[in-house]
Amino acid sequence: MASILSDVDERLSRLEIPFSRYGTDPYGVSRKHLAFSMKALGILYRYYFGVRAFGLHHVPPRGRAMLIGNHSGGIAVDGAMVIASCFFDLEPPRLAQGMVEKFMAEVPFASLWTSRTGQFTGLPEHAVRLLEDDRLLMVFPEGARGTAKLFRDRHSLVNFGTGFMRLALKTKTPIIPFGFLGGGEAVPTVMNLYGIGKLFGVPYIPVTPYGAAFPLPVRLQIHYGPPMVFSGDGTEEDEVIEGYVDEVKRTILALVDQGRQQRKGLLGRVTTPRERIGASDVPSKEGGS
Amino acid sequence: MRVLIPGISGAMGRLVAVRLKEAGHEVIGIDRRPWPNAPVEMHDVDIRKRAAEDVFRKRRPEAVIHMATVTSLVVPGEERYRINLGGTRAVFDHCRTYGVEHTIFVGRHTYYGAGSDSPLFHTEDEPPMALQSFPELADLVAADLYAATALWRYPELTTTVLRLVYTLGASGHGTLATFLRGPRVPTLLGFDPLFQFIHEYDFVSAICLTLEKRPRGVFNVAGPQPVPLSVIIRQTGRHILPLPELLVSMAIGRFGLPKLPKGALEHIKHPVIVDGSAFKQATAFQHKFDDAEAMRDFREAFPPPVKGAKR
Repeated sequence: MASILSDVDERLSRLEIPFSRYGTDPYGVSRKHLAFSMKALGILYRYYFGVRAFGLHHVPPRGRAMLIGNHSGGIAVDGAMVIASCFFDLEPPRLAQGMVEKFMAEVPFASLWTSRTGQFTGLPEHAVRLLEDDRLLMVFPEGARGTAKLFRDRHSLVNFGTGFMRLALKTKTPIIPFGFLGGGEAVPTVMNLYGIGKLFGVPYIPVTPYGAAFPLPVRLQIHYGPPMVFSGDGTEEDEVIEGYVDEVKRTILALVDQGRQQRKGLLGRVTTPRERIGASDVPSKEGGS
Repeated sequence: MRVLIPGISGAMGRLVAVRLKEAGHEVIGIDRRPWPNAPVEMHDVDIRKRAAEDVFRKRRPEAVIHMATVTSLVVPGEERYRINLGGTRAVFDHCRTYGVEHTIFVGRHTYYGAGSDSPLFHTEDEPPMALQSFPELADLVAADLYAATALWRYPELTTTVLRLVYTLGASGHGTLATFLRGPRVPTLLGFDPLFQFIHEYDFVSAICLTLEKRPRGVFNVAGPQPVPLSVIIRQTGRHILPLPELLVSMAIGRFGLPKLPKGALEHIKHPVIVDGSAFKQATAFQHKFDDAEAMRDFREAFPPPVKGAKR
């Protein structure tokens, strides 16, 4: 575990983020907050979930790109692990910046930590600005409907929004599709409490067979696919855009299926040889069964 | 050039006046607030009254820098509406009537409003947001929008509307400096918004540059990159006093905490950050003082109050 902790500082120094003398970038992304959260994420990534990331070489080492994938799990485990994979297993490390639900900006501490770690409110203005600044954007086009998926629907995809595609075309950004597996088993949602959620100012509260939505130490997998580039400028008719979005959706489903064939059992033991980048400090034995 | 400055007696107005005079301009000031031993020609008149029009008619300025707007921190209630809206209208009316060539409206970046669904780095084409939570800002927003109507109403007059970020520096004037004045600065527990400020000398430079280059349109003016509020408080030698939102809204104005309208809390909860690139492109403006220098100058002029002798 010590290696993760010392790793974080070294990898932080290699991030292509212009930190000021006060340790923040123009958007308020803070080196101190990143260090703390990456250490926490690193422990979850390497040891608790033992995440396996495949095809990371498809993520470009620099320049704008959009990571587009499926939601998996009732709370933001999927996004957090994608961020961790790009930070710990990509060479050079990159900061994936997600688009956060609007309610988070009103929640004390959550608002602070999301914005200091580069996870901004999901506004098109933010997406365009980050892409034009050649950052790595992470988008889950299923939105909150995607995290609300129940256990039995965990391998399916709900409707994709089309906003991401218009932004990708407008900013000429390649799309890196990814399939995320295991979140549905880690947080096996049996129902969502929408009414009570509203009282707390969140969209819903997921409920698992054991009550709270505490994620179980299930093996998670992320499968990245080759970049997809579409032609256009974002002003195309809906049918054109929907066709493109369907193509991305099918690619993500195929990545999920590819992962399912490698995953055995609910705890997600992987039976194929690993092909992950930078796997040197991963425990040599796969546990979890 | 003969330059008329309504609102000259404010801290920023004085700095602008002195700088322009040093640059060889003839400066005339209008303000009811006194400026003792002013180095420029002063007229103690209300901008909305007839006497102010007389100054326009007799002195025939070529350019006008309108700085006579006030915030809710300075003037409460309806009087503020009359000053900000009535005053702005009078300035533009007189500018047109008396053949002024260039009018600069000095506005604020808080025009865009602070809110959870408000993006970072506002551009000039964005509408004002979050007025419902901070109605005390409405008259300044209206004055800003009204000033911009001069762009199409009076095409013969070159109009520049500036939306400047907070200032910080040795004068200790302005919204941010007022907020930082005490030894303990209240923040909302669990929130630490980015703040954008510019050294007051750069504020002056931006206005003087606008006078020289005469860009037409609406421009955000920003300097160094934004800094979290907690950093500003620490760097100016103050203590952060994190309080739950509910408690702050009750305690504001008491226990030595700064007095703020309730809606102002949104401005210490969410950031208002502007994109100043259009102004830089139009005028080649570059800030000379960075964030550290601005904070240091404020801190040296207003050292953190020493703790009371009781202990």
